[in-house]
Amino acid sequence: MRIKKYIFIIIICLVAIGLQETYNPKEVDAFTNQIIQRGSVGDDVIELQARLQYIGYYKGKIDGVFGWGTYWSLRNFQKDFGLDIDGLAGLKTRQKLVDASKFDGKWVHTQIAQGNDFTYYGGTPLSQQTKSKKGTSGKSGTGGSKAAPQQGTQQGSQGQGAQNQGGQSQNTDNNTAATPERNTAAVNVPQGFSQNDIELMANAVYGESRGEPYEGQVAVAAVILNRVESSSFPNTVAGVIFEPRAFTAVADGQIWLTPNEKAKEAVLDAINGWDPTGNAIYYFNPDTATSSWIWGRPQIKRIGKHIFCK
Amino acid sequence: MMRWIAIVALAIGVAGTAAWGYKEHQEKNAILIQAENTYQRAFHELTYNIDLMHDKIGTAIAMNSRERLSPQLAEIWRLTSDSLSNVGQLPLTLLPFNKTEEFLSNIGEFTYRTAIRDLKKDPLSDKELETLENLYTQAGEIKDELRQVQHTAMENNLRWMDVQLALATEDEQADNTIIDGFKTVEKKIEGFSEGNVDSSISGTSSEDHQYENIDGKEISEEKALEYSKGIFNIKQTQDLRITGTGDGADIPLYSISYEDENKSAYLDLTQKGGHPITLLVDRPVNNKTISLNEGYKKAEEYIQKHDFENMELLNSSEYGNIGIYTFIYNQNGVRVFADAIEVKVALDNGDILGLTANNYFLNHHKRDIPEPTLSSKEARDFVNPSVGIQEEFLAVITNDLGEEVLTYEFLGILGDDTYRIFINAMDGTEEKVEKLNGKEINYAGI
Repeated sequence: MRIKKYIFIIIICLVAIGLQETYNPKEVDAFTNQIIQRGSVGDDVIELQARLQYIGYYKGKIDGVFGWGTYWSLRNFQKDFGLDIDGLAGLKTRQKLVDASKFDGKWVHTQIAQGNDFTYYGGTPLSQQTKSKKGTSGKSGTGGSKAAPQQGTQQGSQGQGAQNQGGQSQNTDNNTAATPERNTAAVNVPQGFSQNDIELMANAVYGESRGEPYEGQVAVAAVILNRVESSSFPNTVAGVIFEPRAFTAVADGQIWLTPNEKAKEAVLDAINGWDPTGNAIYYFNPDTATSSWIWGRPQIKRIGKHIFCK
Repeated sequence: MMRWIAIVALAIGVAGTAAWGYKEHQEKNAILIQAENTYQRAFHELTYNIDLMHDKIGTAIAMNSRERLSPQLAEIWRLTSDSLSNVGQLPLTLLPFNKTEEFLSNIGEFTYRTAIRDLKKDPLSDKELETLENLYTQAGEIKDELRQVQHTAMENNLRWMDVQLALATEDEQADNTIIDGFKTVEKKIEGFSEGNVDSSISGTSSEDHQYENIDGKEISEEKALEYSKGIFNIKQTQDLRITGTGDGADIPLYSISYEDENKSAYLDLTQKGGHPITLLVDRPVNNKTISLNEGYKKAEEYIQKHDFENMELLNSSEYGNIGIYTFIYNQNGVRVFADAIEVKVALDNGDILGLTANNYFLNHHKRDIPEPTLSSKEARDFVNPSVGIQEEFLAVITNDLGEEVLTYEFLGILGDDTYRIFINAMDGTEEKVEKLNGKEINYAGI
C-alpha cells in the first residue's frame, strides 16, 4: 500500500516535471555597453535587428548575425535620424534606437529558440507575425509524453530508482534543448564557404592530423585549399579530399571520425588565409611514406610529423 | 543418436558458414566491380574528351572568321575542365601526372581568356593563332598516346584496381601497362611545356610571383628568437624551437614554435628583414568578455605596432569567442585589395591569436595609381540600374586576367542581397561582381 502511494507520487512528480516549459528564455531586455559592428553575433544583434525591424528599417530575418542587410538598415536609420553614418551601433545610435522602438526580448528569444519563422514589425500584433516550423506542438508536450511511459515500465521493479532514472532522462531532454546553443538563427561563415564545407574539411583534417600540433592541423587544411587553387588538382574541396589515393585518412575511413572543435578552428583559420606551409601542395610523414617519388619533391618545411613540399 | 544430432548440427553449421561466406564474397565483388567501373568510366571519358578537344581545336583553327571563334573556344574550355575532372577521379595521385593536368588547365585558361574577349574588337593575334596550332599538335600526340593505352587496356582486360595496387606497392609497378602509358604521356608533355613558355598561356595567375615587399638585412637565428620571445609573450628563449625552410620555399623563413601546458604558438619569420608572415597561437579561449569592436581596436593597435601602416578594416566576423579581422592597404584613399592582412583576436581577454601577412608581403609595393578618367557618376552608369548603390570607394583589384586595375568599388543592394561591383575607372569595364554572403542559417540549431 505504501509502495503504491510512493509510486503514485513519483508518477505525479514526473508528469509535472514533464509538463514544465523546458525553455526559459534569458532575460535580455537591454543592450550591453558594446559598440556593435558588422560581423558581430549574439543577443545585442538580435535586439538591434528587432528594434530596426520594429520601425521598418530592417526587412530581413532576425537571426542574431550582423550581416550586410543589418548594416544597410542601420546606416539608413542613422541617416534619417541625423546621426553619423558609420554603420556602428554605438552609444548614441543605440539610445536613439531605444527611444524610437520597442523590444519584447522574451518573445523574440523564444521565437528564435523554437526555430519559428517570425517578424517583429511595430503596429501588428505579435501573434500574427510568427509561424511555427514544426507544427504547433511545443517542446513541453513531447517532453511530457516521453517521460510518462518511461517511468511506467520501470516503476514496478525499481521504485526509488525509477525516479532518478526519470529525472535523468528529463535532464538530458533539457540538455539536448540547450546544447545546440540555438541562441542565434544564423552563423558567420567565410565568404564562399558553407558550414558543411568546413565540416567536411574538418573531417579530413582530423582524420589526417589529429595528433599534430595546432599549426600542423592548419597546415593540412591549407594544403587542401592550395590544391583547390592549384591547376593540377580538382577545383573543389570535395574533389580534392576524395581524389583517389590522395589522403590516407580517406582511404582507410578515418575521415568519418567525428572531428573536434580544434580541427574546425584550424579549418576556419586556413580558409581565412592562414597558411603555415608556404604554399605547399603535398605533405607526407617521413616515417611511413612508401613512395620514393614524394621524397623528390622540393621540400618547404617540417611541421610536427609532416614534411610539406611543392 | 547423439552422434547423429551432432553431425547434422555441424553440417548445418558448415553449410551456413559456406553460404554466408559466399554471400560476403559476392558483396565484396560487387563493390570492387563498382569501384572498378567508376575508374573505367573516368578513364574512357578522359580519352574521349581529349579526342574531342583535339578535334575542336582543329575546327577552331580552320574557322575562317577569327571573330566568331568564341563558341568554339568556350567548348574547348569546357572540355578541358571535364578532362581535368576525369583525371581527378583516377587513382593517379602518387604518379607524377601533374604536367598533364597543368597542360590541360593551361589550354583551359588560354581558351577561356580568348573566349570571353570581344573578338570583334580584338581578334586573335597571329601569335595566339600560332599558340593554338601548337596546342593542336600537342593535344593530338596526347590523344594518340591515351588511345593507345586505352586499346591495350581493353585488349588485355587491364583493371584499374590493379593499377591502384601496383601504385600502393611501388616496387612492382614497372610492368603495369596503364602506368607506363600515363608516364609516357607525362614525359611528352614535359617537353611541350618548355615550348609553350613564350606564348601567352603560362604564368598569369596573380599568386605566382615573387615577394614584392621583403626588404631589410638578413637576420640571425638569435635575433629571430629574441623577436619571437616578444611576440609570444614569454620570458626565455630556451623553450623555443627554431628551424629553417628547405629549398622548396618561395622565400627563406625561420619557423619558431613554442609549447607549454596551456598554450602553443607558431611563427614564420622571413630570414631577410625578419618580417612576420604567419603567427598562430593556440590556447583554450574562455567566455566572451569583450566585443567584436573592442577586439578590432586591439587588432588595429597590434598591426600598427608591427609597422603595417595605412591599413583599414575590410571585414570583421565573430566565430564563437574569436574575432577575425581583415585589413587592406589604403594608398591615399584608394583601397588595395591584394595587400591584405588577417588578424585573429581572442574575445575573452583581447590577446592576439593569429596574424597572417603573406598576401601583404607578396603583393605590397609602392604603386603608381593613375587618376581615374571616368568620374564616379559616369562609372555608376555602367552598373546594373536595379542595384541600389549604398557606398563607393576607389580600389585597386586584380582582375580575371591577373592585371592590377584601378576601379570604382560600389557596394549595392539588389533584392535582399548585397553585391560588391568593380567598374574599371578608365574604360567602364565591369571587372568583377561579387555577391557578399558571409552568413548562413545555423543548421546545427535546427
